[in-house]
Amino acid sequence: MGMTSAQKSGFGATLWDWLTTVDHKKIGILYLAAGAFFFLLGGLEAVIIRIQLISPENDFISAGLYNEMITMHGTTMIFFAATPLLFGLMNYIMPLQIGARDVAFPFLNSLGFWLFLFGGIMLNISWFTGGAPDAGWTNYAPLSIQSPGHGVDYYVMGLQLSGAGTLMSGINFIVTIVLMRAPGMTYMRMPLFTWTTFVTSILVLFAFPALTVGLFLMMFDRMFGSAFFDAALGGNAVIWQHLFWIFGHPEVYILILPAFGVFSEILPTFAKKRLFGYTAMVFATFLIAFLGFMVWAHHMFTVGLGAVANSIFAVATMAIAVPTGIKIFNWLFTLWGGSIKINSAMLWSLAFIPSFTIGGMTGVMLASSVADYQYHDTYFVVGHFHYVIVGGVVFALLAAMHYWWPKMFGRYLHEGMGQLAFWTFFIGFHLTFFIQHFLGLMGMPRRYWVFLENQGLDTGNWISTLGAFFMTFGVIVFVINMIYTTIKGKKAPGDAWGTGRTLEWATASPPIHFNFKQMPLVRGLDPLWIEKMEGNEKMTPAEPVDEIHMPNGSILPLIMTIGFFIASLGFIYQAGNSYWLIAVYLGMAIGLICMLIRSLKDDHGYHIPKEEVEREDD
Amino acid sequence: MRGWMGKTKVFFVFALLALFLAGCGIENLTALEPKGYGAEKAMDLIILTTLIMIGVFIVVMAIYVITLVRFRRKKGQEDHVPKQVEGNHKLEVIWTVIPIILVLVIAVPTVLATFDLADDSRADELINVNVKGNQYWWHFEYQGEEIQTSQDLYIPTGERVYLHMLSSDVIHSFWVPSISGKMDVNAENVNTMYIEAYEEGVYWGKCAELCGPSHSLMDFKVIAVSPDEYDAWVNDMQNIDTEAEPENAVAQEGQELFEANNCMNCHATDAAASGIEGGPQNNGPFGPNLSNFGDRSNVAGILEHNKENLVDWLMDPESIKPGNKMTDQYPELNQDEAESIAEYLLQLQPSEITPESAGD
Amino acid sequence: MSHDHSIDPNNMPKDPAKATMEGKHKFLGLWIFLGGETVLFACLFGTYLALKDSAAGGPTTQELYGLGLVFLMTMLLLTSSLTSVYAIYHMKNNDFKKMQLWMGITALLGIAFLACEIYEFAHYIHDYGFTFRSSAFGSAFYALVGFHGGHVVFGLSWIIVLMIRNAKRGLDLYNAPKYNTFALYWHFIDVVWVFIFTVVYLMGMVS
Repeated sequence: MGMTSAQKSGFGATLWDWLTTVDHKKIGILYLAAGAFFFLLGGLEAVIIRIQLISPENDFISAGLYNEMITMHGTTMIFFAATPLLFGLMNYIMPLQIGARDVAFPFLNSLGFWLFLFGGIMLNISWFTGGAPDAGWTNYAPLSIQSPGHGVDYYVMGLQLSGAGTLMSGINFIVTIVLMRAPGMTYMRMPLFTWTTFVTSILVLFAFPALTVGLFLMMFDRMFGSAFFDAALGGNAVIWQHLFWIFGHPEVYILILPAFGVFSEILPTFAKKRLFGYTAMVFATFLIAFLGFMVWAHHMFTVGLGAVANSIFAVATMAIAVPTGIKIFNWLFTLWGGSIKINSAMLWSLAFIPSFTIGGMTGVMLASSVADYQYHDTYFVVGHFHYVIVGGVVFALLAAMHYWWPKMFGRYLHEGMGQLAFWTFFIGFHLTFFIQHFLGLMGMPRRYWVFLENQGLDTGNWISTLGAFFMTFGVIVFVINMIYTTIKGKKAPGDAWGTGRTLEWATASPPIHFNFKQMPLVRGLDPLWIEKMEGNEKMTPAEPVDEIHMPNGSILPLIMTIGFFIASLGFIYQAGNSYWLIAVYLGMAIGLICMLIRSLKDDHGYHIPKEEVEREDD
Repeated sequence: MRGWMGKTKVFFVFALLALFLAGCGIENLTALEPKGYGAEKAMDLIILTTLIMIGVFIVVMAIYVITLVRFRRKKGQEDHVPKQVEGNHKLEVIWTVIPIILVLVIAVPTVLATFDLADDSRADELINVNVKGNQYWWHFEYQGEEIQTSQDLYIPTGERVYLHMLSSDVIHSFWVPSISGKMDVNAENVNTMYIEAYEEGVYWGKCAELCGPSHSLMDFKVIAVSPDEYDAWVNDMQNIDTEAEPENAVAQEGQELFEANNCMNCHATDAAASGIEGGPQNNGPFGPNLSNFGDRSNVAGILEHNKENLVDWLMDPESIKPGNKMTDQYPELNQDEAESIAEYLLQLQPSEITPESAGD
Repeated sequence: MSHDHSIDPNNMPKDPAKATMEGKHKFLGLWIFLGGETVLFACLFGTYLALKDSAAGGPTTQELYGLGLVFLMTMLLLTSSLTSVYAIYHMKNNDFKKMQLWMGITALLGIAFLACEIYEFAHYIHDYGFTFRSSAFGSAFYALVGFHGGHVVFGLSWIIVLMIRNAKRGLDLYNAPKYNTFALYWHFIDVVWVFIFTVVYLMGMVS
């Protein structure tokens, strides 16, 4: 059989290859591309929000549209931009870092991607079918239950689809890391990015089911007349808040932990120094993840849970500052005594430290429950979480793009444009969000369509909008940089930065289809660095060259997803018109038949013959 | 290196300037100038945590700057391989223990303040007000006084006033930044908080939980007057003469139109009208109580209190508060009719105690 | 299909389910998945506990539940867990026929359980008018027990498809992990039911 698809050419064949791929690298790129698209979409929504708030009592967009805009901005950025961009990186990089040829369940990996993508499409279709969801990204009942039209239904079904995909990926990553590490790659030799992928996946595993249940209850209430959140029939809307935040708080760590992992890779590479306090970093990651499940109610201090609950959750939240602080100091001391090279990747990483520290500081301030009675649901909170998510996650994503771009595409991003994008975005970011802390305390609640004249909020909002334009400029420069690099970028060797420490730099740029010709033998933390310091040019192989077993591609994940997508549309509209039940049955049938085919038809994968493996240089 | 530092410096100067221009917000709205018990407690904690956090930030930045200045790769050092340091136990213990101590310093006063603000042991002896949140207005019923009013909450200075809050529709959040932190107003359970204003004034209140299109327009006022003035206000409100005819002819016509258009289906003009029932159902009142409408601080909670704005509101409330529940509930009014009704409403001034009494 | 020398029906190892990489992946993957399922049911239990007394004038827990039927259902499901253990025991000994037999008994017990559950729901709806829509308690009850029932249906479809698919070809290293993961999944469903029996029915009758 051998390599079938890769040797064909032509547009049709290429398209088919991407639609059926189970290669973790290609799926990683698909995640990155789709995530980038949604990131631009969410960014556009953000700019519209800021234009609306440029002056008091502005009427750039209507109140209803404004609520749709904020809801879609938050939902898109969290679920369809930040999460998939990080999942793309994990998908591409993590198997390389542990010396694996693919993930444990390539088929599921593909299914996870398509579910995410169609979830995102589902959500955004709502713009064209009578209005997007408008109850905020937190979608609190009963506002969401009472929201007219189908916007919130799209939110529910879109997130349900993509949530299922995310859960699959999480399970996949855990099994991959536990069972597929290269010989010698013990747990305590794993790169930090792999560690954070692992811990993040555990968080996904335990957090997403809470969202799944919450979305089901919301779906039943909106589409099937149940009474979970209906106070008149004894229901309780606060249950939604609990379920949402039992998911939602760990979700914050699902985003920030991989970001920590990214910085823990970049800083040592460009400081030419091993990560300071590796063991402490690993344990701090676990501690943050563990505490992350104990603190959800700090989003609910004003709900009226009582002084006892508020106190417990306040103190537990503050405790998270300790492991996070450990990480900050470990990064600083990784740099201390190093030989620091500053380029675009490093600029984003270095800018992260002060920016994220501010986000962490305001986090501790928010944890103080009585002070939070003032901060809660104001622009202070908006400022805080953008400092964490932009200053932490987005900076990490941009740093990672510069750092791993040569690995993924074999070319360096343009350095000049990289720095221009960095400086404009960095300045714009602080202009936009720093002032928001003060706006909040000056009496501006969040999710305000307009602020009134003569309330002292004009200057702050104007500055904030100005900053948003700077950020927009930075993003545009970055997009141009990506296009330019794809056409004319400088070619990169395997160890693109010359100071790579981990296994992904021991492969070609981009890596061959099966990643490693021979499994590398890992002799310690930073395996490639060890070999280089001993004067070896490459990794010592752990096995002779032999035929390689690889999984078959499959179109089933895509068809299955389309089936569930159709069924979701059916669920949304059957409440008003029972003919739509046909779509439910048809879609479910498509999905189930695909599952049945997958189950009945044996799929043993294929082998790449030894001769072909030998021909590849790695 | 110079470029990096230079740009950062410019940025900080700019940020400070911005802050200076913006100031601390306006009096009686900003949380940064507390004028009540809850706001003061919160401010104490805000200051404590900010100071500690600035201290932490200075330490981080000092190490950060020194590191970047000292250890940046210089020309000719490209092949230099720094010592690969694994870690340092002493340092790691230090930056674990010190944050734990700092967290404890914040945690203890936080817990004390949390219990302090939840204390309702003396509620029986004090003023208790039932608060009902509605899309997009607020209703207040003074327990035991048989007084109802909407949008403007009168309280005496220097006394705790307990608020028992329930929503008739979606979740709202009651926030008067200068006096107190916020609390959610849920549909299924009554939440209780207390407020206490130190000085007289008209304090801005805001809804702080997304509640629909006009969420940002759901403002209200807390009018803190001296205890004597408060007693006088209560007395006036309890003794409204509901039979009294308006003095001028336009207002009399307005009253007739008010009745002819069934405005009373939702709006009472008597402060003693039947109260908020407990429980989850929305059983009224369905519109703001208008018994002291002439003394309101604002029209619809947000507009300046004058006849012109009131006429605009009566003729097209949707253009002022999108999604409000008054739109289309009554026959369309022409300009004259609206002016008459406005005239009638604006002369509903049962009390000498008005927002002006609070020094506004 | 290319010849695959990892599968040789004549030379089966002692524990065929975990002899291949794929088998190990599946087994660990399912364990991890069950971790997520635990959270899912925990959330449903939490919702049920929060709403169980919100009958909104409809029938309450004490009025509804009858111990006899539920006890029978518990016995059926517990026994089916036991029979699936027998099946896996025979799989480890490479006795395909006995494995299929015990898996078949497991499936029959599962079907009996499901029949009881359908009868129970129909009884509540017809005799008490107690539905998914009648109160928050109704919604929470049917959501929790129904999700469990849905898991039973899925498990039954799974094992029936497996048994039919492999009836002629016997046991090999490719399908052994599938039986094994099914058994694990089935135990999980059983454990969840024990919690439902205790938290929903026993506590509902006492309080």
